[in-house]
Amino acid sequence: MARQKRSHHRLKRAVAPYLYLSPSLLIIGLLMLLPMVTVISYSFQNSAVLRRDPSFAGLKHYQAIFADPVFWASLWHTLYFTCMSVVFHMTIGMIFALMLNSDRINPTLRNILRVLYILPWLFTAVIIAVIWRLLLEPNGVVNSILMQLGIIGSKIEWFSSPETALHAVTFANIWAGYPLFMVSLLAGLQGIPKDFYEAADIDGAKAYQKLIFITIPQLMPIIISISLLDFIWTMQVFPLIWITTGGGPIYSTEVLSTYTYKLAFSSYNLSQAAASAVVILLISLGLTLFYIRYQKAR
Amino acid sequence: MTFRIRPAMLKMAAAAWLLGATGAMADTTLEFTQWWEPELPAGSLRKIMDDFEAANPGIKVTLVSGPYATTRDQISVGAATGTLSDVVGLDGAWVNNLNAQNALADMNPMMDASKFDKAQVADIIKVDGKAVMFPVASFVYPVFVNLDLAAQAGVTKLPSTRAEFLEAAKKMTHADKNQYGWVLPLSLQTPSGVQNDMMSWVWASGQSMMANGKPDLEGKPVVDMLTFVKSLNDAGTVSPGIATKTEQEKVEEFVNDRVGMMIDSLAHVNLIRKRNPKLNFDLIPVPVVENYNGKRGLPYASWGIGISAGSKHQEEAWKLVQYLMSEKVNAKLVSLANAFPGNVNAKPDFVTSDKAFGKAFEIFKTGYLANEFTGLPVAEDLMTQFDVQAQKMLAGEQSPEQAAAAAQKGWMAKF
Repeated sequence: MARQKRSHHRLKRAVAPYLYLSPSLLIIGLLMLLPMVTVISYSFQNSAVLRRDPSFAGLKHYQAIFADPVFWASLWHTLYFTCMSVVFHMTIGMIFALMLNSDRINPTLRNILRVLYILPWLFTAVIIAVIWRLLLEPNGVVNSILMQLGIIGSKIEWFSSPETALHAVTFANIWAGYPLFMVSLLAGLQGIPKDFYEAADIDGAKAYQKLIFITIPQLMPIIISISLLDFIWTMQVFPLIWITTGGGPIYSTEVLSTYTYKLAFSSYNLSQAAASAVVILLISLGLTLFYIRYQKAR
Repeated sequence: MTFRIRPAMLKMAAAAWLLGATGAMADTTLEFTQWWEPELPAGSLRKIMDDFEAANPGIKVTLVSGPYATTRDQISVGAATGTLSDVVGLDGAWVNNLNAQNALADMNPMMDASKFDKAQVADIIKVDGKAVMFPVASFVYPVFVNLDLAAQAGVTKLPSTRAEFLEAAKKMTHADKNQYGWVLPLSLQTPSGVQNDMMSWVWASGQSMMANGKPDLEGKPVVDMLTFVKSLNDAGTVSPGIATKTEQEKVEEFVNDRVGMMIDSLAHVNLIRKRNPKLNFDLIPVPVVENYNGKRGLPYASWGIGISAGSKHQEEAWKLVQYLMSEKVNAKLVSLANAFPGNVNAKPDFVTSDKAFGKAFEIFKTGYLANEFTGLPVAEDLMTQFDVQAQKMLAGEQSPEQAAAAAQKGWMAKF
């Protein structure tokens, strides 16, 4: 009897943690796993969603998107857009963070700059897209200023020309995203002990040496973490590109997200769209695993 | 006393319940999904439904309303899952897909059974011989001309042919003042510019982009249209930013005196007047090819209506469709929407009270509704494919013939 009671007690103790976890497990299952599994299953069906009795398609939809040159162009554009965005987010974020952390700048000016620099973060993607469409339209302010300064001789169709469109949307995204780096790096800079710099001063280190040998190594964990997260988020950017160019002109700004959207809601080919979405999922998953491993190693 | 009242009260309650219950059982509730209600004056569509309910005791109508894009997605999913509303608002571009899903009822037997006068409707959209949609209200696309810009440019006679249009556009263009003769929105975000601003040139001259039910983009009409659009662009008469320009931006440029002419929906007349009350403009039909004297095809977008194939109340649904297509009700609805009627006998009140609408109504009466994208499979995808090839042509990457051939190849794959 006593043994039975003990084993019952042990079972209760073993089950208890799972019971505590069950609400969050249920939510994760319903909101994350279920949609993911559903989309993966759609990618193996013919006429997914559109037919009540879809048939099994095997890898047909994956083969179709891998055979589509627009898919590979989209993948290349996504990589360009993402890499350039992350590199410039980091560079600009670092410069502004150093500026805001510097004692050489007047505190009042520093506070004003702090507000100004963070402004792009406050706008939604739609507002950012509208602002840049207005600024970069052929008769817009940017062309007018550049022409007055004699930098360009004629109006440039920034978003409408296949030569400039991808650079223009990348620029708009860089402008929108650097504050995340700036704020994170500023917090990191404020955490670096002053003693390091004082010791470097005694050793006669110059400003750039202090930056290379103290500041950057101290900020490295933040830089890597934020860069990885930014890479994952930027890869999935949709509204900014959709509203500014719609993936055009021709296919010059087509990225994986707009490619998938068009398959789903323009071609109504939801099975191929699901296959494309799974490819994005796999790339994001790879990056996420890399991020988790890095976090664990720390 | 109490003992005697109680049974009487119980009897009354039972009778009331019985009446209510039988009443409820007799009532049929139709679900009507559309995007029209938010675009009409508040409460006006509900009022029409109330009148229908009063005229048809036992039938109630529940309106399921949302923006256009949401309604489109809702209808696609509803068709797939078998939960489509009894009556659905339709865009001609959707009907082919919905028909492929067997989601729309054939209204031919209903018309025959009720001896419906087919001659009274402006158009019946058929797919595989099945009558699946009536256009209830049509929004036609004439050419809007800024009369002040035309006068300043010395354009005394408004263009009637393509050659005259090109000349007028050249005269109205002053790139140094950011002023252009024409505007062409070819954003891939909403590729409807292909339908409204490009193919409209083909249909206006009584021509077609199809032959024997298949795309004929390499035929003379489409190649000539592409050549004409290219000549307008090469002459520098088209407002820059074509590849990312949307319909809203097109209207804004016209409102702000930055373009002399645009092809646009009549539905925007009030918006244009509101945005710039001083704008002096007129409406003309889309110009035609030289020496064409036939009837002009008038591009249009429509509020269509159809019945779900899975509806358990098709008889009642047909009554609602007939009601909305009837002369008086149709006139009332299109008057509210500033649209042209689906019933040929209906005359909206704004055509007598407003000069611009009156003129457009004359254009409408003398021409015919033309939109060959209606009923085509994945119409929006076809437009996107054509759009990409047109953009390549305008970027100088290919000739009109090559653009037409590339688009034809892409379209054939969808057929």
